[in-house]
Amino acid sequence: MAKFRGAIVVDTEACKGCGVCVSECPTEVISLANAVNAKGYNYAEMANPEACIGCANCAVVCPDGVITVYKTKVA
Amino acid sequence: MAEIKLEDIIKEENLVYKKSEVMTDNTLHYCPGCGHGTAHRLIAEVIEEMGIQGETIGVTPVGCSVLMYNYLDIDMQEAAHGRAPAVATALKRTMPNKYVFTYQGDGDLAAIGTAETIHACNRGENIAIFFINNGIYGMTGGQMAPTTLPGMKSSTSPYGRIAEMMGGPIKMTELVAQLDGTHYVTRQAVHTPRHVRKAKKAVRQAFENQTLKKGVSFVEIVSNCNSGWKLPPVEANKWLVENMLPFYELGDIKLNGELVNK
Amino acid sequence: MDKELRLMKGNEAIAEAAIRCGTDAYFGYPITPQSEVIEYLMSEKPHERTGMVVLQAESEVAAINMVYGAAGAGRKVMTSSSSPGVSLKQEGISYIAGAELPALIVNVVRGGPGLGTIQPGQGDYFQSVKGGGHGDYKLIVLAPASVQEMYDFVKLSFELGFKYRNPVLIQTDGVIGQMMEKVELGPQEVLRTPEEIEKECPWGTTGKKPNRERNIITSLELDAYKMEKFNLKLIEKYKKIQENEVRFEKIECDDAEYVIIAYGSSARIAQKAIKIARAKGIKVGLLRPITLFPFPIKQIRELIPQVKGFLSVEMSAGQMVEDIRLAVNGERPVEHFGRMGGVIPAAEEIVTALEQKLIGG
Repeated sequence: MAKFRGAIVVDTEACKGCGVCVSECPTEVISLANAVNAKGYNYAEMANPEACIGCANCAVVCPDGVITVYKTKVA
Repeated sequence: MAEIKLEDIIKEENLVYKKSEVMTDNTLHYCPGCGHGTAHRLIAEVIEEMGIQGETIGVTPVGCSVLMYNYLDIDMQEAAHGRAPAVATALKRTMPNKYVFTYQGDGDLAAIGTAETIHACNRGENIAIFFINNGIYGMTGGQMAPTTLPGMKSSTSPYGRIAEMMGGPIKMTELVAQLDGTHYVTRQAVHTPRHVRKAKKAVRQAFENQTLKKGVSFVEIVSNCNSGWKLPPVEANKWLVENMLPFYELGDIKLNGELVNK
Repeated sequence: MDKELRLMKGNEAIAEAAIRCGTDAYFGYPITPQSEVIEYLMSEKPHERTGMVVLQAESEVAAINMVYGAAGAGRKVMTSSSSPGVSLKQEGISYIAGAELPALIVNVVRGGPGLGTIQPGQGDYFQSVKGGGHGDYKLIVLAPASVQEMYDFVKLSFELGFKYRNPVLIQTDGVIGQMMEKVELGPQEVLRTPEEIEKECPWGTTGKKPNRERNIITSLELDAYKMEKFNLKLIEKYKKIQENEVRFEKIECDDAEYVIIAYGSSARIAQKAIKIARAKGIKVGLLRPITLFPFPIKQIRELIPQVKGFLSVEMSAGQMVEDIRLAVNGERPVEHFGRMGGVIPAAEEIVTALEQKLIGG
């Protein structure tokens, strides 16, 4: 069976660190960074990138539209 | 499993999701986790996918989403409080081939704009009405809304909404479904990816219906207000599931002009 | 070509003028004494004659916000009502002025305050010329004194409204709205095409085109300094209107020692009063402001050297008299004579007032 690997790119300056993506990620890829952006928000980041399957749930539920999702098939 | 580097994944050909081109680059002014952003994005995505950016005119309300025109790259009008359905009526009547929608909160649509809402629905204007219901006045600082739940605390019902004194919450969506002028009436939510995907289908339906000229498409989106509810975003979404959704039941209420039997 | 003449009511003339000058839409709500406007429009089927949209709204509030919507898309759009209904419209009028949209509002004034009477009045002068709603703004205000002017001023209102991107109000009253006179009708004009509207109103929300930025119609500005800048821009516009758009009529003013200032139906009665007064040897003339804003300040001041006093005749407790006093600036006595509550002054009463308040005093 083909497997998928995904990756997300977060617009860290526009992210408000609401954490909705963290709780909605089915493979626990995302967490809020210890660092903050210019507005003081702990932005979302891939803490566990290997687990990302590119399902885009995070981006779909993100109220600020700050997540871009990529996905590729791996052998 | 073969090793794969992130830079091999993050390539244009592997793109599966990005912000709609119909959204501007302005950072949304909403509080972290606010469903308004998600609802804006759905409308933008549908406009982009249908290729109707040049054919769509939106009407924004008074309330938190008053500045929606900063975020959608389409022609928009900012209406007086509650009057968006009247403004949209005129836009559609004078430009019947354009796509016209209103975007309104619960105070705008269900309190001060009740007459405009009911009568636009009753006349069967060929517009889409997107109704964001978070049970509170967000912009003015968390006052009681017509849709505030019984017992729910707000700054003007600090001991909880007492129905005997303040009246109970109004279910505008069920109400407008009774009118012959509504063609499609549904209640959706945007707190999980599954709900967002369903809500997007409803938004798309509401836009597509405009070509049928069979009346109003009315899409309620039950949303959150983290600041008004005084909860962190994820907790607010849990509160929404536990409190809002039992009262504001999700699902289609009217399809193709016929009430859905439940 | 022969002139097209028709005997019509003032309210009907407004409606027929709207159709003939290519108005895109009318939104209204019935109220006495102006319901004939929407009744006439509905019976004339303008959607068939020209493609004009006519809709009876659920309230005056809804109607004026429909006007806002269509005006924001560059449409020639109007509404009409009478005093209590125009009060309801003030919110929308303020937004229209704030968004700098052209639109026509017709107020067939009746006696007030409150629900008042259904008889004619001029007690809405302040509301018409001082803004009416909230915030710093002005309407261009036209005051017809005949059914012909009711007809002519509809087209004129749209010309001025689009020229200055400003709402225009026709302030008339129950006398002129209800009375019948001969009217010379103009030719039927066709509605502008959507392309023509887009060209004329590139600011309109007609759908964003790839070659332009999105158009936003709003009166909202969160930055106080930017809002003030906008206020200053409005002031400049109103100055230009004051300089260029004053309209008035002078009757028998050349040798006048006293001048009556009156508009609308009061001006018609004042003409009779002048005849009576002149028969008694009183040299009196009439200055009739046709635009209430811009007010004919200069024209009033020009009369100061020759006159001994001014009499404002209004069907109100004395509203326009304040603007006359501001214009005259204490250099001559300015008195007021008014009947109100729906009562129409008699010519003889005006002469008596002139004698008692200015001549005898």
